[in-house]
Amino acid sequence: MIPLSYYLLLSGILFACGVLGFLIKRNIITIFMSIELMLNGVNLSFVAFAAQWHALSGQVFVFFVMVVAAAETAVGLAIIIAVYRTRETLNVDRVNLLKL
Amino acid sequence: MTPNPYLWLIPLLPLAGAAINGFFGRRSSKKAITTVALVFCGAAFLMALLIAARFSSASAPYYFNLAHWLRAGSFQVDFSFYLDQLSLVMLLVVTGVGFLIHIYSVGYMWDDDGYYRFMSYMNLFMFFMLTLVLAKNYLVMFIGWEGVGLASYLLIGFWFTKDSAAAAGKKAFIVNRIGDFGFLIALFLMIKHFGSLDFTRVFTAVRPLSPETAGAGLLTAIGLLLMVGAAGKSAQIPLYVWLPDAMEGPTPVSALIHAATMVTAGVYMVARSSMIFERAPMAMMVVAIIGTLTALFAATIGIAQTDIKKVLAYSTVSQLGYMFMACGVGAFSAGIFHLMTHAFFKGLLFLAAGSVIHGIGGEQDMRKMGGLRTYMPWTFATMGIATLAIAGIPPFAGFWSKDEILWRAFGASWVYWLIGVITAFITSFYMFRLMYMTFGGEYRGAAAQEAHGHNAHGPDNHGPGHGEPHESPWVMLAPLAILAVLSLVGGFVGYGNRFEHFLAPVFRGATEVAQEASSEAGDSKLEYLLMAVSVSVAGLGWLLAYLLYSRRPQLPARIAQSLGGLYQAVAHKYYIDELYAVLFVKPLVDGSTTILWHDVDQGVIDAAVNDSADVARHVSDNVRHMQSGNLRSYAGWVAAGGAVVIAYMVWMGVR
Repeated sequence: MIPLSYYLLLSGILFACGVLGFLIKRNIITIFMSIELMLNGVNLSFVAFAAQWHALSGQVFVFFVMVVAAAETAVGLAIIIAVYRTRETLNVDRVNLLKL
Repeated sequence: MTPNPYLWLIPLLPLAGAAINGFFGRRSSKKAITTVALVFCGAAFLMALLIAARFSSASAPYYFNLAHWLRAGSFQVDFSFYLDQLSLVMLLVVTGVGFLIHIYSVGYMWDDDGYYRFMSYMNLFMFFMLTLVLAKNYLVMFIGWEGVGLASYLLIGFWFTKDSAAAAGKKAFIVNRIGDFGFLIALFLMIKHFGSLDFTRVFTAVRPLSPETAGAGLLTAIGLLLMVGAAGKSAQIPLYVWLPDAMEGPTPVSALIHAATMVTAGVYMVARSSMIFERAPMAMMVVAIIGTLTALFAATIGIAQTDIKKVLAYSTVSQLGYMFMACGVGAFSAGIFHLMTHAFFKGLLFLAAGSVIHGIGGEQDMRKMGGLRTYMPWTFATMGIATLAIAGIPPFAGFWSKDEILWRAFGASWVYWLIGVITAFITSFYMFRLMYMTFGGEYRGAAAQEAHGHNAHGPDNHGPGHGEPHESPWVMLAPLAILAVLSLVGGFVGYGNRFEHFLAPVFRGATEVAQEASSEAGDSKLEYLLMAVSVSVAGLGWLLAYLLYSRRPQLPARIAQSLGGLYQAVAHKYYIDELYAVLFVKPLVDGSTTILWHDVDQGVIDAAVNDSADVARHVSDNVRHMQSGNLRSYAGWVAAGGAVVIAYMVWMGVR
């Protein structure tokens, strides 16, 4: 059996990649994908723990996360399209109306 | 003890008047203000008269509990009122003289812009004074005590745009606080040792105690502390300094508050606590000595004053000294008797002085008066009666009460009597000096008036057009006339010791102890002899004043010159104000300025606040750069923070 630490390490790497992408990239779509990456990193640790402890709750949580992520993707992509139509760009640094 | 459900109305009526005039007076007509002020004050007087008419010594004392106030375990204080023979006398004096002075004020203050304010304050004063007089326990009395102090402050500083008036108000307030401090500690001692502030309960607790003849004990301490309070309120040595300055207030205020009623509150309080004082001979002796010294001391200052109201102010201090002398030798009823007659004639003297000031356009300097006898005959006649009364010429009111005090003082010690007689001589002298300077000779104000226009300097100025002295309107003369009648006949209530017998139930506990002393000296021949001495001494004072200020008006200046330093000292009130300034005021002001203001306030408190604000600003100056508005940098901070937390947990976990 593969030890738990392997899963957690992979999960951490995935999460770190997500964070890094979120911080570095300027394209909204990429940032969005980075968020998904972070969520999936977390999901991976959930299922890993669920398998380790033979507890179902971790898997249940993963389903919740996936549902919310799907809803979020739908809303987020809609917003991105709306932003693109008005601003003609996907660069977040130029979508800064809320900034003082 | 009989309940009387009308008692609480007496103080509350003037309060209603004060509230109505205070809240709505600014927009009302002067007639409406006058009506409200006089109706509510007069109603209190009528109530007092009705209650007095139904008063019977058999069912006295009366009481009424208006409401619960403090409840703390077994200790309780209620808003309750109390009426016995002593408070009945005070009640009639306060409402009667107070009502007359209210009427007088209508004429005196009519042209003042603050007329509604004045009337409201006067009614407010009546409320507090009546609360003081009718209180059933020391705490309600203390409300009245502080309240009359407040009213006094407001009225002394009535012309608050004048610096001297505002300063005099503050001085009165602060000096009174010193006295109130003593009073308050006395109350705490009572709470601690008797568990109550109710008069009846405290006195019941005190009654079985034996007099503290050897050494000092609890009762002596309470007595002395009460006397500190009384000395503040009633302007005795060493706290008398505020009263002469209080003459900055309008003259009706001087008459009502600083002569007839409020300043006698101390005497009333000492008399009310007679049960305590009788059992503390040392406190009694202190009261007697302070009273006697004050009587003499203030009288001598009165000789050299030129301001007509200042003379009367020192005279008031001196007469209050007589009252304390009486209380100190155990003659409480004599002290209250003098309090009553003094309210009549001193109130009258002040009102007449006000009439003079009013009539010559605000001038208070007696050197610029003179010859007013022909211009204002009514004022002259009434003031003459008051002067005869205060000088102790029979059969005027002052003779009866002063003679009673001197007789009882002689029973205690001939020293008190001697100083009292000397004071009577001086009193007679300075009062007739005042009369001759004001009403005798030729009018000396005309030249001064031409030089100064219509003399707009005085605070009591009543508009232009004061070419010639004139008599005051009837609304001012009527109270003068009534008070003159009272000064004339008021003394006869003391004829045959009737007044003393009337008050006897109140001082029963006190007289038990003093009875032996009076029967010892119960020699009527001696009494007549002493009476003759005091009357002739008063006559001598009159004669001296006549010689110096009527026959040879040049002589006093020469005498003053030859006396040199002594005269200067008296004219400058023995430099007591200067002494207090150096001893107390200056160290306080300097200490407050350098230590409390510069060192503590600016150096510690301000510095701590300012420095912490500086630190906060510098830190936030740097930190605010983090809030760039760039979302990704925020996310970076969150991630970094999370990383730190995880690192910390991992590190701790390893340990």
